[in-house]
Amino acid sequence: MKLLISLKVNGQTHDLAIAPHHTLLGVLREEVGLTGTKRGCDDGDCGTCTVLIDGNPITSCMLLAVDAQEKEITTIEGLAVNGQLHPVQQAFIDHGGLQCGFCTPGVILTAKYLLEQDPAPTDEQIRLGLAGNLCRCTGYVLILEAISASRDGKMQKAEATR
Amino acid sequence: MTIYPFEYFEPKELEEASSAFFEHGSEAAILAGGTDLLNMLKANILKPKVVINIKGVPGLSGIEEIDGELQLGTLTSIHDLETSKIIQENFPALSEAASFLGSIQIRFLATVGGNICRAAPSAETAPPLMAYDAQVYMYGPNGERSLPLKEFFSGPGQTVLAEGEILTKFKLPIPALRSGSAYLRHSIRQLMDLAIVNVAVSLTLDEDSETIKEARIVLGAVAPTPMHASAAEKELIGKPATLEIFEKAAQTAAQESKPISDVRSTQDYRRAMVQLFTRRALEKALPRAAQKN
Repeated sequence: MKLLISLKVNGQTHDLAIAPHHTLLGVLREEVGLTGTKRGCDDGDCGTCTVLIDGNPITSCMLLAVDAQEKEITTIEGLAVNGQLHPVQQAFIDHGGLQCGFCTPGVILTAKYLLEQDPAPTDEQIRLGLAGNLCRCTGYVLILEAISASRDGKMQKAEATR
Repeated sequence: MTIYPFEYFEPKELEEASSAFFEHGSEAAILAGGTDLLNMLKANILKPKVVINIKGVPGLSGIEEIDGELQLGTLTSIHDLETSKIIQENFPALSEAASFLGSIQIRFLATVGGNICRAAPSAETAPPLMAYDAQVYMYGPNGERSLPLKEFFSGPGQTVLAEGEILTKFKLPIPALRSGSAYLRHSIRQLMDLAIVNVAVSLTLDEDSETIKEARIVLGAVAPTPMHASAAEKELIGKPATLEIFEKAAQTAAQESKPISDVRSTQDYRRAMVQLFTRRALEKALPRAAQKN
């Protein structure tokens, strides 16, 4: 049995026919064709599949696609504006906040949310906020540096001038 | 990691949800936050023919104060428990417990009703809800009924929900004056882990602000279900709120607990940690009770 569903991803509406047992993660990757959202543990633990739903981070492997309708879904592909990277993305490049890059989309989306909630989080708050994003390369120090570079309102300032 | 296909149903009314759940019996599963259900579907522990998504049923979410009680809808997210002002001020142990559950990503999806219906012995929200004397409401083929939450769990992963019954809400009395509460969890990792021991306590002081009038100590992960340390609670009543009295009650709580040895901890270590964390939780709750005049 397939259902007709409508997903709003990065501002664009996608009308799809899918079976209800598919997760948002699978549909984003295999139906919508946005492979920036990664499948890691597929069990809600690792955070590589993080997307924003109405601005809030969720693990897309733990949500059925049919259950993600009528919401604004943002994936890593939706962060750049007119080819210009989001300030947090740029900070990850400037500070080398990635190694293999697999966890990076999820980490950046979670970091964006954290910095929107609190423009000046402490190191401790950033670490606790990233508890659900595992980096298998263990590159946490540079990840923390990249996010630290965007705090104290710097992300918001850079966003305003994009 | 493959989910078997199922039929999907989005009821718009509680009665519709309950009759569908009753009709399909053990072949149906209720979907709320989904963070436990999807795990079980992926591991093929559950292979329901029908999944009933209750998120479209009106009236099942939200946090409201009505007539001296806090009403918590079953679909209220763990993130909302963690960040709600009314919960942080009146039920701090509940928002503290919520902050330990999973990751931010999971807390936005997971619901309080789901955490309770999963009935894990280590369930994060169960000890604080029990320490606040939560009443749980269910709706089923025979209409609505309610029970004290402590009577809801019947074993690990087991509840008293009958066929077709859906947990709809919790009601918690707003704590009396001079009440303070706290939640502590002991786990190897600070976050993204399950409790070796978790404990929620609530204290109400007498008008002299020194004598203990009411006490609740609820332990998780040390028995088949979350449990009141009833003997320890009784011991505290009428006594002065001192560290010596807390230490004695914590010893009693450790004796009352029924831990097992497993991958997370040995039985002996768990018992020792019940004592330590019960005492610490009481010490944390006391100044909060003294403040609430």
